[in-house]
Amino acid sequence: MRIAVVSAGLSVPSATRLLAERLAAATVERTGAEPRFVELRELAVAIAHHLTSGFPGPRLAEAIEEVTGADGLIAVTPVFSASYSGLFKSFFDLLEPEALAGKPVLIAATGGTPRHSLVIDHALRPLFAYARAIVPPTGVYAASQDWGASRAAAADELAARIERAAGELAGLLRPGSPAPRRPEGERAGADGAGAVVDGAGAGERPPQAPEPDGEFVPFAERLAALGIDAPPAPGDAARGPGSTPEAGAPTAGGTRPEAPGGGRPGR
Amino acid sequence: MTGMQFGIFTVGDVTPDPTNGTTPSEHDRIKAMVALAQKAEEVGLDVFATGEHHNPPFVPSSPTTMLGWIAARTERLLLSTATTLITTNDPVKIAEDFAVLQHLSDGRVDLMLGRGNTGPVYPWFGQDIREGMNLAIENYALLHRLWREEVVDWQGRFRSPLQGFTAAPRPLDGVPPFVWHGSIRSPEIAEQAAFYGNGFFSNHIFWPREHTRRMVELYRTRFAHYGHGTPEQAIVGLGGQVFMRRNSQDAVREFRPYFDNAPVYGHGPSLEEFAAQTPLTVGSPQEVVEKTLSFREYVGDYQRQLFLVDHAGLPLKTVLEQIDMLGEEVVPVLREEFARNRPATVPDAPTHASLLAARRAAEVSAP
Repeated sequence: MRIAVVSAGLSVPSATRLLAERLAAATVERTGAEPRFVELRELAVAIAHHLTSGFPGPRLAEAIEEVTGADGLIAVTPVFSASYSGLFKSFFDLLEPEALAGKPVLIAATGGTPRHSLVIDHALRPLFAYARAIVPPTGVYAASQDWGASRAAAADELAARIERAAGELAGLLRPGSPAPRRPEGERAGADGAGAVVDGAGAGERPPQAPEPDGEFVPFAERLAALGIDAPPAPGDAARGPGSTPEAGAPTAGGTRPEAPGGGRPGR
Repeated sequence: MTGMQFGIFTVGDVTPDPTNGTTPSEHDRIKAMVALAQKAEEVGLDVFATGEHHNPPFVPSSPTTMLGWIAARTERLLLSTATTLITTNDPVKIAEDFAVLQHLSDGRVDLMLGRGNTGPVYPWFGQDIREGMNLAIENYALLHRLWREEVVDWQGRFRSPLQGFTAAPRPLDGVPPFVWHGSIRSPEIAEQAAFYGNGFFSNHIFWPREHTRRMVELYRTRFAHYGHGTPEQAIVGLGGQVFMRRNSQDAVREFRPYFDNAPVYGHGPSLEEFAAQTPLTVGSPQEVVEKTLSFREYVGDYQRQLFLVDHAGLPLKTVLEQIDMLGEEVVPVLREEFARNRPATVPDAPTHASLLAARRAAEVSAP
C-alpha cells in the first residue's frame, strides 16, 4: 500500500512539510503504508509550464502519477490570503477530474495564527469534495503556536489531532479493503466540463491525458445509450441493403481486402 | 501514390509576426493557406489538410469552400481536414459538402473528424459542450449511414428526424470518403475509430510521446478486436511540427522569437524543453528526418504523417521555404526509410482508388 504526501510549503525547512511528515508517520505506523512525498515547491515552475503548455514535464508527470496512483493521500498546504496557496490549488487543478474520486484524502494546513483554522472546512474540504475524494472528518490545522514548547498543552492538542486524523485515514485505508476505483462511464461529463482539445486545432490548454487502458465504454454500449442501432458487425454477411463495408473492413467473405493500392510498395 | 502519405496541415490562425509586429489580414491568410496547398503539390507532398474554426483569430470556417478552390488548381494532392467538427456541424451538411467536393476533385478527398476545442462554438451552433462525446458518436453514426444507405430514416437525440431522406449527391462511385477520427486525449474516439475500422489520427502536437503511444496502442488493439485486421493493419496518422534551416543553430535562432511569443507555445516551457517532450523539431532537415523516423518506434508502422509548418506567425515566404525543404530534403528520405523493413501486411492509407477496388473485389466474391 502506498500513500502520497503532498506538501505545498515554500520555505526550507517548512512547517507545512513538518506537519506532512508527522501525519505520514502516524499513518504509516497504523497501516505499514509506504509514504511518497511530493514537494510542490520543487515543481513550481513545472506546474506553471503545464498550465500554459498543456502537458506535464517528466518530473511533474511522475508526481502526478504518485498522487493518482496512491491508495491514499495526505494533502498539506500553508494558508495564504485566507485559503490554500495558489501553488497547492494549481497542482490539483492539473489532475484529471476523476483522478481523486473515491480516494481517501487527509487534509491539513498550517498558518501563522489559529484564526485561519476554518480553512480546513471552508476551503480544503470543498475542494476535495468536488474531486469526490473521501475526506475523513478530522482535518488538521497547525498554527505557529501549536509547535511551541512554551504551550505544551497546545502541542499536545496538535499531537492528539494528528493521531486522530491518521487513525481515521488508516481506517479508510485498512488492508484488505479494495483500492477505491474510479467510477466508470462518467468520462463524457468530465470531458465536457473542462477545455476540450481534440483533433488538430490549436487552442486552449489540453487537460492531462488519461490512461486509455480499460477506461472507455465499449462502443456498442455507447451507441445503445443513445438509442442508435449498431451497424452490422464487420464480416457479418447479413448486411443491410445498400450498406457497404467500411474502409479496411473484412469483406463479406470474412477476408480482409488487399491493402489499398495493392499492398506495399513499389512506389 | 503508394507507401506512406506525407503532407501539411494548417490551423488557419492569424497570428502577428513577433519579429516585426505585422499581422496579416484575413484575406492575406486565406490566400496564404491555399498558396501552401499549391506549393505542397508542387514539391511532391501528398496531403493538404485544413482546420475548421468559427472564431477569430482563425479564418477557415468553411473548409470545403477552400478545398474546392484548391481542388480546381491541383492535380494529385489529397484534400483533407484537421479537423471537421462532427459535434457542431449537421452531419447531413457534412455528407453533402464532402460528397460535392469528392465529385469535383475526382475522389481526392478524405476528412478527419474532431470534437473541437472552443467551448462557445457549441452554444453558437445550438449544442451543449457537455454532450460533446455523445454528439461525436451520434452525428457520425448518422453520417456513416447517409453515405452508405440510399434512403435513410433517422431519429436521434440531437438533430431533427429524417424520414425517407437521401443525401445528394451520392458519394463518387458509391464509395464514401475515407474518415479519420482525430483526438489527443479521448480513448472513446480511438474506440470509435476502431469500431468502424476508420483511421485514427493522433495530433501529437502538444503531447509527449507516451500519451500518443498509449492512444495508438488502444486504437490498434480495438481495431483488431472489432475484426478489421491485425493491430498492425490499423490506419494511423500522426501530426508533428517543424521549423528547418540548413544549419540547426540558424533554425533555432530564427524560430525562437516565434516560439517564445506564439499563442500556443509561448510563455511556458523553453523551446528546448518543448522540443524534448513533443514532436516539435527545430533544426536541420536531417534532424527532422531523424525525429520523424523515431515516431515509428512508439506507434509502429503508420500511414500518414502531417506537418504543421505555418505556425506562430511565420511569414508566408518562410513557410513556403519550409515546404520546399520538406519536399526536397525531408520527405524523399522519409519515404525511403519508412519503406525499409515495413511488413508487406501493413496497408497504405485508403484512397478513393483503393476503396473502389476493394469494393469491386467484395462484390465479385460475394455476389
